[in-house]
Amino acid sequence: MNIVVCVKQIPDPAAPQSLDASHNLNRSGKLILDEADTYGVEMALQLVDKAGSGEVTVVSMGSAADVAGLRNALAMGAAKAVIVSDDALRGTDALGTAKVLAAVIRRDNPDLVLAATESSDGYTGTTPVQIAELLGLPSITFAKSVTIDGGNVKVERQTESGYDEVTAPLPALVTVTAGVVEPRYASFKGIMAAKSKPLEVLSVADLGLADQTGPAGARQEITDVVVAETRAAGEKYVDEGDGAERIVGFLESIKVL
Amino acid sequence: MALSNIWIVAEPSNGTFTTTSLELLTHARTFGATIAAITWGGDVGRAAVAGDYGATTLYDVGDLAGALPGVPVASAIAALVASGAPDAILIPTSYDGRDIAGRLSARLDRPVLTNVTGLSDNGGLVTEHPIFGGSQTVKAHFTGEGPGIYVIRAKSFAAEPSGGAAANVIAAPAGDVGATGTARIAATHVEERVGPKLEEAAVVVSGGRGLGEAEKYALIEETAKLLHGAAGASRAIVDAGWVPYSHQVGQTGKTVKPTVYIAAGISGATQHMVGMKGSKNIVAINKDPDAPIFQIADFGIVGDVHKVLPALIAALKARA
Repeated sequence: MNIVVCVKQIPDPAAPQSLDASHNLNRSGKLILDEADTYGVEMALQLVDKAGSGEVTVVSMGSAADVAGLRNALAMGAAKAVIVSDDALRGTDALGTAKVLAAVIRRDNPDLVLAATESSDGYTGTTPVQIAELLGLPSITFAKSVTIDGGNVKVERQTESGYDEVTAPLPALVTVTAGVVEPRYASFKGIMAAKSKPLEVLSVADLGLADQTGPAGARQEITDVVVAETRAAGEKYVDEGDGAERIVGFLESIKVL
Repeated sequence: MALSNIWIVAEPSNGTFTTTSLELLTHARTFGATIAAITWGGDVGRAAVAGDYGATTLYDVGDLAGALPGVPVASAIAALVASGAPDAILIPTSYDGRDIAGRLSARLDRPVLTNVTGLSDNGGLVTEHPIFGGSQTVKAHFTGEGPGIYVIRAKSFAAEPSGGAAANVIAAPAGDVGATGTARIAATHVEERVGPKLEEAAVVVSGGRGLGEAEKYALIEETAKLLHGAAGASRAIVDAGWVPYSHQVGQTGKTVKPTVYIAAGISGATQHMVGMKGSKNIVAINKDPDAPIFQIADFGIVGDVHKVLPALIAALKARA
């Protein structure tokens, strides 16, 4: 069972975020492994463990100037990492990203591809399914549980009103939600081992995708960024045993009571 | 200048379409000369609803035989585009809508704009997207050859019927989708809920991590019931398995715009705020005076939800 997990290194969501002059997210600070991706890495490690053989590979696109996030995935237990890093990739959209990652995944020919439902910085949420289409794979999105049964992947998939049990033959792509498994913390031993694990850096030219990435490939542009209409903070009281009473008073004032 | 031809992916739901689908059909009338809806499930009874909301044609992909909609619906749309492309394809933000958009984008080799909350014709369609928790709005447009694919969030527009005649139903088969279409739904589980639907309730009471443990969610449900409202939740406690996903409010959950939204023990992560900041009134209860939720709350109580909620429940019961 060989599994590829798509991961992204993102600016720390807890730090202030801003756009640069080209309307791209400012990524000049420290990058971390998107927390949403730690669930896919953990899920993959558990599935490979259960299968008794195989390995987990993490693939990514973005600046390789800081690879602490990828090392983190390797420290958790992934066998190797591949990142496509190229100045020509700045401004690449979701489809362009899918083309890049699909080209990398194709070289590995895995049994299963895992990804988060969306990244925590751009949250476009279409890249995994675009990858599946480019690779000719079935896909099951929004998994809250993933098991392998012979040559099939079985998923409990979130729906608007509950969940569906969905199966697909391998190879397949599955996107996982944050409740699917509890990600492990990298052990000291894992962190030390990660330092000598393979981390390959590729360019766009290595993948033969020169015209399909960057702003030109995106075929969309941001024309304006405006400050949204803000809600002003209203009244705020410290509860001194009268909090509930005050809420009732507010609900009366807006005629809900 | 009106755009000539707009297609809407209209998700079937209980003999009609999802509310977001109806919102998109309604909004498309403001800039589209001709509107077509694309649906599946093989129920032609929906032609009247499609027409009532402005579609003159209803393309029906037919019964999906247990397949997830993403692949067959995208395949059917791609086949329709090959014999005459529209100016734009509008798709609701939903689990299946996002699948359809991703599949279609890769099939047509056309980019997709997601999380759209505004769409207007200004010599071409211009989108609006909230970023950084809704504090800023990005405006964008496609630059290449059409059709543009737009994935639009719920409640971005109001749904209003136009009184049009029933749409003309045309079969739009998926064709051969090969290995991509092999995911099958083996069983469906519906989680029971009582009271008004989360997206439609006038009062929504939501709980978050501040509740401390799953059992305390009962406080949220009881408060919601006493206010004739619906109980919601933050992503944190849904992911923790305390409550089903159908309760989730936020970026990846439901968008709500009730008369009053009561956030209890919710700090106000970007992910959550995007789904509820359109509420008419927001009440927040949180023990952290610096919690981001207070920045958008009309009425805030800095206090312990384990004290404030039981007192609120008692006060509401006393009035009943």
